[in-house]
Amino acid sequence: MCFVQKEDKGEVYRKVRLSKTPVNVSNPLHTAISKSWESMVGLEIHAQISSKSKMFSGSAVKFSSPPNSLVSFLDASLPGTLPVLNKYCVEAGVLTSLALDCQINRISYFDRKHYFYADLPAGYQITQQRVPLATNGKIEFSLFDQNSSKNEPQKMCVRLKQIQLEHDSGKSLHDDVNHETLVDLNRSGIGLMELVSEPDLQNGSQAAAMVRELQLILQYIGTCDGKMEEGSLRVDANVSVNRPGEPPGTRTEVKNINSARFVKIAIDNEIQRHIQILENGGKVNHETRAFDFKLGQSVSIRDKEGFSDYRFMPEPNLPPLVIYDKKTIMNASKDDIAVNIDDLRKKLPELPEQQRQRLTRHYGIPLLHSMVLMQEDGLVEYFESIVQEKSRNAKTVADWIITVFLKELNAHGMTLKDSPVSSHLIGQLIDLMTDGVVSVNTAKKIMPILFTDETRSLTQIIESKNWAQIRDEKHLQTLCDSVIANNMTVVKAYIDGNNKVFNRLMGLIQHQTQGRADPGLVRKILQTKLEEMKLK
Amino acid sequence: MNMLTKVVYFVTRSLPWLAVRGMSSKIPKEPTWDEIDPDKLPDERKIDSETVRKLERLALVKFSDEAGIERLSRAVRFADQLLLVDTEGVEPMDTVLEDRALYLREDIANEGFCMEEVMKNAEKTFEEYFVAPPGK
Repeated sequence: MCFVQKEDKGEVYRKVRLSKTPVNVSNPLHTAISKSWESMVGLEIHAQISSKSKMFSGSAVKFSSPPNSLVSFLDASLPGTLPVLNKYCVEAGVLTSLALDCQINRISYFDRKHYFYADLPAGYQITQQRVPLATNGKIEFSLFDQNSSKNEPQKMCVRLKQIQLEHDSGKSLHDDVNHETLVDLNRSGIGLMELVSEPDLQNGSQAAAMVRELQLILQYIGTCDGKMEEGSLRVDANVSVNRPGEPPGTRTEVKNINSARFVKIAIDNEIQRHIQILENGGKVNHETRAFDFKLGQSVSIRDKEGFSDYRFMPEPNLPPLVIYDKKTIMNASKDDIAVNIDDLRKKLPELPEQQRQRLTRHYGIPLLHSMVLMQEDGLVEYFESIVQEKSRNAKTVADWIITVFLKELNAHGMTLKDSPVSSHLIGQLIDLMTDGVVSVNTAKKIMPILFTDETRSLTQIIESKNWAQIRDEKHLQTLCDSVIANNMTVVKAYIDGNNKVFNRLMGLIQHQTQGRADPGLVRKILQTKLEEMKLK
Repeated sequence: MNMLTKVVYFVTRSLPWLAVRGMSSKIPKEPTWDEIDPDKLPDERKIDSETVRKLERLALVKFSDEAGIERLSRAVRFADQLLLVDTEGVEPMDTVLEDRALYLREDIANEGFCMEEVMKNAEKTFEEYFVAPPGK
């Protein structure tokens, strides 16, 4: 049998390691959007709620389980079943709405949206069309200049039109050889939050930065794991192009964007496609397209006009969803099953933007460093425990974690959870370095050793390798004397006023000691000796 | 909760409410009938073949023969009688449950793992999958 993955719902799973740095994929074709065009981009994002059970049934939610094992009678739409809403899904929706500054509708409604797909057995999706859970939110994020990291990041704010609760469909595998569709309903009924943004974005880089920030927010509040490669965060983009001063052009919707990198590529390519059509005197069709990651461009999947008859109707099996606060909670029939906004507000953790601000203000580390720390799960806590353990210098610790530790972690393809190196051990290594027991370069050489099955202590490693810095003054004095004696021409140049040759002498000493001489001490001793010679 | 207990649950939840409602019920005890004057109805709508094709596509049911169109026309005509009902000042109602808050259940996974049962009625299966026609 030959399976071709279905095109339009983001179920093409590949192992794509999310890039840990701000978007930086530059395509020479798209670096400069033609100046005579403006583009508008809005996103529709589906975030799978990280609940234990599905939105309307008690089936478990688990990625990559045996097909059709996580299916209840309701998920298979057997007659006589009724949906019973999962409290956690509502709480996740409210928490997300609070984190994104939305107005939460105290009463919202569920509606049926009709589709005819084999993986949607009821023939409709339960969603919130008339009155969604929340409206009028915003998402703020920083956009880094791709060409220069020195420039201040640009602050951006995109308005969110609404957040609605709905449920996911199953998955179809198309068997083109036997002309059949194989259906797995494990995903059918998993809770989703659909977030709809206003078209406040202009290009792919901005959209990718927004998706990254949203991913981070959802992970921080724990309502969605944000794994785009597993389809738990899926992005559709609405793109249109117009001449400045003219009304927005015809928009197309690009579906199936399933990695943050593709968000940028898919949107920039779609903008270019519009511009090319318009510059050749053509007309953009209002249609739905899918991003084909192999082709690197979008392809038309269906004609929106003909198929968009969703025949919305109120969902008769679900009464209105009421959200309470501390003043209205007494009206709830049973307060243990009621959702209380004020209780949830207290559960909101520090959000990414607040944490970034705190890290840069409180510890004085650069913004870029705080952003890198925040991209690895648990790394901020790791950083803070190293700093707090012995009130170590935060800048040194941050720099060391990012340039040395994280590099080694990534080289091993590990996450922080699998790291064999405890924060305590890194702290010790940093101390040995700042106290001058080992040089910076030696400390860097020790890091990879800690990632092997090393059981010896740091001191033992340093001893066995004979890596300790030479800090014995007498020893260094002798070394300096011999280097001076053997390089009189260089020394003479220095005495004659060429200060640059000083580093050459330093280098010679380090060469003789395989870099183990304490550079600070050597510098001091050498300088004193040379100045003395100058005076003579 | 299995299917049966869910249905029972639904009914038992609704009963006390129905009883309370019954005391000041707005529902008449006896049904009353008004004859509808066909002359007051709007003109009968012609159903063209384009509409039929669209409905066939949405419903995935084929009925574009003469009998099918006749049946559809009769159904639409029957529904036309609703246009004569006086709804002046009546709030539209989505569901009889609309004045009740939605019941929420705790997030516990206690269903599923019943693949054989769920797939028992499927006409065609392959390994652990349902098999459907090659939709678009």
